[in-house]
Amino acid sequence: MSNICSIAQKEIRSYFVSPIAYVVIGLFAVLYGYFYVASLTILVRFSAQVGMFGGGGPQAININEFMIRPLLSNSAIILLFFLPFLTARAYAEEKRSGTIELLLTSPLTNTQIILGKFLGAFTLFLAMLSVTTVHMAILFWYGEPELGPILSGYLGLILMGGSFISIGLLVSSTTRNQIVAGVITFSILLLFWVLSWIADSVGPTTSAILSYLSILEHFDDFSKGVIDTAHVSYYLSFIAFALFLTAKSVDTERWRG
Amino acid sequence: MNDISFRVETGQILGFLGPNGAGKTTTMRVLTGYMPPTDGKAIIAGYDVFEQPIEAKRRTGYLPETPPLYPDMTVREYLIFVARIKGIPSGDRMRRVDYAMGRTSVDHMQNRHCGKLSKGYRQRVGLAQAILHDPDVLILDEPTAGLDPKQIIETRELIKELAGDHTIILSTHILPEVAQTCERVVIISKGRVVAEDTPTNLTSRLRGSETIQLQVDSNGVDPTSVLQSLSGVAKINVGGLGQDGRTVEIQAVEGADIRRDIANAVVSSGWGLLEMKPMRLSLEDIFLQLTTEENEGDPASNDAATAVEPDPEVQKTETGVQP
Repeated sequence: MSNICSIAQKEIRSYFVSPIAYVVIGLFAVLYGYFYVASLTILVRFSAQVGMFGGGGPQAININEFMIRPLLSNSAIILLFFLPFLTARAYAEEKRSGTIELLLTSPLTNTQIILGKFLGAFTLFLAMLSVTTVHMAILFWYGEPELGPILSGYLGLILMGGSFISIGLLVSSTTRNQIVAGVITFSILLLFWVLSWIADSVGPTTSAILSYLSILEHFDDFSKGVIDTAHVSYYLSFIAFALFLTAKSVDTERWRG
Repeated sequence: MNDISFRVETGQILGFLGPNGAGKTTTMRVLTGYMPPTDGKAIIAGYDVFEQPIEAKRRTGYLPETPPLYPDMTVREYLIFVARIKGIPSGDRMRRVDYAMGRTSVDHMQNRHCGKLSKGYRQRVGLAQAILHDPDVLILDEPTAGLDPKQIIETRELIKELAGDHTIILSTHILPEVAQTCERVVIISKGRVVAEDTPTNLTSRLRGSETIQLQVDSNGVDPTSVLQSLSGVAKINVGGLGQDGRTVEIQAVEGADIRRDIANAVVSSGWGLLEMKPMRLSLEDIFLQLTTEENEGDPASNDAATAVEPDPEVQKTETGVQP
């Protein structure tokens, strides 16, 4: 465990020593802030319209349904763009600079190194996500959103982010070029994202498989406030499988030298 | 890499000599557990590198060809990180880091970022990293490559000092380096061991027949006949008359030291002996010789009894365990 922590700490440190952490968290805050303002404006205009026609006053619409849920989905898209670049360097950089030799010849197991790297990236991701709690707090200050769907939405985001990170590690372990790692990770994630789009036009079995694999389909319930163990176990097994493949990939690289 | 088999005794310095691409780095990577072997095994301090990797790695310090430094960490931060992943208990860490920095004289650079160090200091920090956890075995891949002459001498001295506490395996493609630092030499070429011996034995064996170059002012007389008559002269090659007399190359018969006789002969003939130097064999010559020997079906079997064993094993055994 202490070995995992050592690696994780080193990873977090290198994120914060380099501009990566600041750029990623900063720009995430900017984009999220924009989405927040935009959806708030829409909500205000919408509630004004409802107030005009329905007469129940501007508070009558459900803030969870009309603002928070789309906002969470939008954050998921920002993550899709951002997380690949967070994990791109994880292995690629170690391989390029030769420090991977230090890690692999130290008394550490492969699993410890992978979990350490995962934990490091995951911590930065949580730091990134924590920015958004400020926005949520403001909603609680001025409105009365339901807490449950927000928490389940966050759980969904965290699990989804974890899967993005695990794929990122897997791809990073196969190359020594960070840009290649970032682009491949992004492409894979985007493909998983849109996998269900063609589900309607293929046979029932393929359709079921595609929807099951789609990252987006599983996120939907979380943002509605439903925590289904099937979805939780989907994300967890997704992460475990990707990390397992990462371990295999690191081993294969060693054979190649 | 093919059928490489050797063992090192505790406290010895073993030199691993070979041209680029001979398989030195590969062998070292196998020994450190970075690369798995397809066949055979490596044993460090009694632990099989692939059966008990953690135990073996605990006892191995490794300096790869390029020191594995994190450019954005300071030297101290870097060594503390290494101390943690090498499993040094937290109470001991600072003491070991200070010790390693002192030993490699990088203490005055401890707050400098690794990325901003000169090549010489990078190498030393790499060495500090390797000795940090007081390993039984130190594996150094070309520790002097890319250093300036002063740094090379310092690094060699340091390695010799370290040999007291650690068993050292170092690779190099520089022959004098081996002669100066190592107690045993393994020469590999194309992934095979072509010779294993002490440096003195090896050089004398390889030198075989020595060639001596003379600069003689023989007053216009052709010196060939006088020199030819000396015993121990195998071949003589007289150059043209130059400003500084003639250049003469004399090849001695194997094992004979004819320098005294040559000097005597020249002086007693009343000529001027302007210069006399032995022509050393270059590494290329030695490799040429070794590969020819091998082609003749006598793969360096002379006095290196255990140089090549038939079984396909990369074996590295440590007899003594920890102090």
